[in-house]
Formats: sequence, C-alpha cells, structure tokens
Amino acid sequence: MKKVPLNDLHEKIGAKMVDFAGFYMPVRYSSDKEEHFAVRESVGVFDVSHMGEFVIKGEKALDLIQYVTSNDASKLINGKAQYSCLPNETGGIVDDLLVYKIADNHYFLVVNASNIDKDWNWISRWNKEKGFNAQMENVSDKMSLLAVQGPKALLTLQKLTKVNLSEIEYYSFNVGEIAGVNDVIISATGYTGAGGFELYVKNEDVEKIWNAVFEAGKEFNIQPIGLGARDTLRLEMGFCLYGNDIDDTTSPLEGGLGWITKFTKDFVNAENIKKQKETGVSRKLVAFEIAEKGIPRSHYAIENAQGEKIGEVTSGTMSPSLNRGIGMGYVKTEYSTLGSEIFINIRDKKYASKVEKLPFFKK
Amino acid sequence: MNFPENLKYSEEHEWVRVEGDVCYIGITDFAQKELGDIVYVDIDCLNADLDLGEIFGTVEAVKTVSDLFMPISGKIIEINKKLVTTPETVNKDAYGEAWMVKVAITKPEELAKLMDSAAYTQKVS
Repeated sequence: MKKVPLNDLHEKIGAKMVDFAGFYMPVRYSSDKEEHFAVRESVGVFDVSHMGEFVIKGEKALDLIQYVTSNDASKLINGKAQYSCLPNETGGIVDDLLVYKIADNHYFLVVNASNIDKDWNWISRWNKEKGFNAQMENVSDKMSLLAVQGPKALLTLQKLTKVNLSEIEYYSFNVGEIAGVNDVIISATGYTGAGGFELYVKNEDVEKIWNAVFEAGKEFNIQPIGLGARDTLRLEMGFCLYGNDIDDTTSPLEGGLGWITKFTKDFVNAENIKKQKETGVSRKLVAFEIAEKGIPRSHYAIENAQGEKIGEVTSGTMSPSLNRGIGMGYVKTEYSTLGSEIFINIRDKKYASKVEKLPFFKK
Repeated sequence: MNFPENLKYSEEHEWVRVEGDVCYIGITDFAQKELGDIVYVDIDCLNADLDLGEIFGTVEAVKTVSDLFMPISGKIIEINKKLVTTPETVNKDAYGEAWMVKVAITKPEELAKLMDSAAYTQKVS
C-alpha cells in the first residue's frame, strides 16, 4: 500500500488510517461530525495527496484533451480550471477529473487515486492512436495536494502569500509563492461546498506548507480533516463520487453530467452519447432525503409505492448539517422528476422519500 | 481505552453486565471508537427470544452500519429508548447511560464463554 508524504505526521496527531484506493489515508482525526462542522463553519485541511496528476504539453495537448474529455476545454483560458469526465467507448465513464490550463499548450489534469493507472493508459492510448503525440507526464508520485476548505480558508492562507486570494474566482487558480514555497498551484476549488483553496505542491514542500497553514489558522481553530468528513461534506452538496455514483457503466447523461458533456466537439463515444440524449436515458441519478430516522446506504433498494424495485442507492449518509439521512441513487427515468415519491428499503423497512433538488445543504 | 473489570465481553465487541438472572448489553469503548460518531441506534426486538449470535439491532455511525449480536441467549425485556433521541450517548458513556437492551438470561452457562476485561483488552490491543 502507498503512503502519502505526511503519513507519519497524520499518525502522530492521532489519525485513524484506512486503506483507500491503494493508499493508507487518514479517515478521521477526532470525530467525523466535529471535522465536518470545522469545515462548514471555520477552516479545515485535507491531505488528499493520493489524487493523481498528469501534465499534458505540446501543440496537440488541447486536441488530445478535447478528444478524451466530455467538457469543452477550448473554453479554458490560462488560469482557469474545468470539471470534466473521460467517457469510455461503451457508454460509461472512465473517470471524472479537473482540467487546468496552466499556459498555452500546457495543461494539468487531476484524477481520482483509484483510477491513476487506468486513466494514464486510457489517455496514452488515444494520444498514440489518434496521432496527437502530446507530451504526457504522470507526476502523481511527485505532487502532494492539500485542500484548505471553509469560510476562514481565505483569511488563513492570505497570511502566507502576496497573491491576492480574494481575486481568484471559483474554478480559477494562480501559480505563486505561499509560505515561502514557489510554484504552488493555488486553486479556488474543492469538494466541500464550503469555499477555500486547493494547493498543489511538490512532495518535498508539503510539510512546510502544512505547518505554516496550521500556524496561520490557529486563531480560527483550524483542524485536520479526514476522508469521513470529506464524504459527508461532498454528499451534502450532491457532488458525485467516482466508484459510487458514476463508474464504467453509468453514462454522463444518466449521472447528471449533461452540463459537462458538450457536443460542439468530437470526443470518445460522442456519437452514442448524443443519440442517448436524443432518445432519452432509462435511468437517472437523483437526490433524496429521509424525513424519519433512517439512513440510506449504498446498494439499498429504491422502490415505488407498490414495492417494486425501481433503482438503487449509490451514496448515502447522515447529513451532519441537516441531521437527516441523505442520499443519491439511480431510478427509472419516470421516477426522476423533482417531487417524485420514492421509498428507500432500509433493512426491509420502507422509508418514504421524494426526489429533491441539489444541493442538500444551502448556505 | 477503558474496559471495566465488572463486565464480560464478546468477540463482536458487546459488553454484558450481569445482575442476577438479567443482564444489560451494550457496545464497548473500542467498538464506539472504531465506528466514530454514532448517529442512529435501531433496536426493535422487545419481548423477542433471541439465541446467542442472533442480531438484536443495528448501530449506525456516520459512514457505517453495524449489526448488534446477542452475546448470550435471552429474552429482551427492555430497550434503552433514550438512544433513539440521543445516539451520541454511545460515544460518551458506552458502559453507563448507553446500555442498549436488558435481557432475561435463558442459558446462564453461556456466560462462561465470554471474555473478562484482561482477555478482551488483549484481543483489541
């Protein structure tokens, strides 16, 4: 199993470590709920260095990215990032990812840890087959990623850099100096809906930045945050988790990713996805919450009023902010409209629920 | 972690406090810590006669669901209803306020198979 560069530090400060996507990762330092509220109300830091990063350069870098991803990367200007996905040839999704435009002919892709090899092989294949011949480098083992998230993230980080952080818009970034470390990608992105930044740094610099960030955030009672709270935070926003809500068998349209599927360009399997858009999909990812005491969990059956199975939960948890069970799952399209009555089968008890609008948590 | 001497412990991380021919059952400090914040305790077996190893309920943490297994055979004579409204009690006072069921013991000989504090401490350390 792989370890992130700060592994020993996490263990020393009391993290419970678990196997996640082939990495030994902190799942919890104190309590899932306390960590969740630290991010919602103040500031917390996630070490998500398990994430994968690829650098794509060259004259045909954009052409390659346009061909393998679903969103329109030609819309990116230098300093902007974009959420996208890699469609496969059979109607599913290889991975979801972020595409950063660093400079002309220079892009930075951020992918899920569990898919690093799969994505690398997939993109390499098209780079060769289609003759783009872009330069590709897998820098996953050299880069660390700290996500500093929450309403006090900006005030915390601003103490450490001359870059005017309030000028960095959502899904934009700046490459600059922070805590005395040069060339850090300071990105106004995250997976929490709480605001804040993600810092991409070289492994050798990550400890210095971690320490500086905790020193700067002391007055806000800054906390280290594990994967447990990362999951409740992302689910309250309705952000998809690859492997749960989307995977090799779910189409971008079924998974609610139509907004990042642009038919203004050609890409892997675009023809079929376009056809799917015209004829309609048979199932859709929906969000729901449960009013009574009951917590949906992945793989629980979703049923209609007659007790027939109409789908399955893909993600579910107890929302710390709402103090209710929340979840997402696929249902037959006829049950996917807002307000549709659905039932979640929790250990053979049926819990009434209805299809809701995301996000669950509204600021 | 704390494993009181006056309790007996099961392989499935339940504790048993015997009081004559009845006993109280809950989950151990080790179990609550492994699970994290407990958000729901679901026990619905009042008056049921359950055998050793049968499921008497479930306890849910933020991310996980765990079944609760009978550490001995018996009849459920009381359920701790307070845990429905304040499940976090399991994290705060696993051996006291957070008892889960009160059981009339039907096979007292099974008590001998449970671990004492020293044996359980060794198991989880």
